[in-house]
Amino acid sequence: MSNLIENLNKTFDNRIRLGIMSALIVNEEVNFNTLKELIKVTDGNLASHLKALEDMQYIKVKKGFIGRKTNTNYTVTKLGQKAFTTHINALEKMIKNMK
Amino acid sequence: MASDNYFRINLLAYFFKNYFIIPIAIIKNIHLLCISKHFFMNMENQSLQDIRDIKNIMERSTRFISLSGWSGVAAGICALAGSWIATKSIAKYVHEKSITYEELIVRFLVIAGCVFVAAFIFAFIFTYLRSKKNNVPMWGITTYRMLINLAIPLIAGGFFVIRILQMEHYFLIAPVCLSFYGLALINASKYTLGEIKYLGYCELILGIANLWIPGYGLIFWAAGFGLLHIIYGVIMWWKYERV
Repeated sequence: MSNLIENLNKTFDNRIRLGIMSALIVNEEVNFNTLKELIKVTDGNLASHLKALEDMQYIKVKKGFIGRKTNTNYTVTKLGQKAFTTHINALEKMIKNMK
Repeated sequence: MASDNYFRINLLAYFFKNYFIIPIAIIKNIHLLCISKHFFMNMENQSLQDIRDIKNIMERSTRFISLSGWSGVAAGICALAGSWIATKSIAKYVHEKSITYEELIVRFLVIAGCVFVAAFIFAFIFTYLRSKKNNVPMWGITTYRMLINLAIPLIAGGFFVIRILQMEHYFLIAPVCLSFYGLALINASKYTLGEIKYLGYCELILGIANLWIPGYGLIFWAAGFGLLHIIYGVIMWWKYERV
């Protein structure tokens, strides 16, 4: 039991961070507004969680412009991919244990 | 004798330890056991919820889900209406001889074009209404991706149709339309509600079957673009939109 929990990544405890990672894993890149619509959170809240993931080096930020508007795109890093996969596997084991 | 006694005491202690102390310890600490069980149960339910959230976000971020079943029904009705008008034109050519073969072909093309435009407009309207109702934006990266993937086989098919018209192999038009449309649907199904790929397979099968049954193009066309669309639309409406 205990090593099951160890494999669960504390970083992904939060619903918003889990949402960000899920979206980035299946898309090459996702911009800020799309993430906001998908996860249904406020700007500030989303930005702080993105910052946390960026600090962990799980995601990369690419800032650009469309006309004059800023367009910030996010991509997942190799490290982030690995961390997320481990987390999902731990979740899966946890659920299998249930039966 | 002493050792016998010692053994007896030991045995007693052994029994006592196993049958009293351990159960007592368990009873004393049962709250701990309950808490940890509760904790794990919660963790497991949480895991299940997390997996559901992950699946949901992954799907919503890659698939265009506002496609309405009514679009299918409307497109099907347009196609059936088009086929009906086309049979009238055939009657004019065969029985009344009031139009030439070339005129008949031109009429077919005009009808097909009108059907395509009308079906597209209806699809747009119903999809717009559904995205409004579900409060999901209609134009997003998923819409764009779905349209691109739909368009690639369709445009390729369009060139085939143009060349077939130039070479006057008219019997190939319906099979090519159906086949390429089927391929387009299968290709786009990764980016929208997945069920559409079954519609794609059916169109493809009809198209290929039509290659060996020439002369029945209009019937195949009506079945593929009319009937199948209506069936698909009703099933999708039943599955996702029925309140």
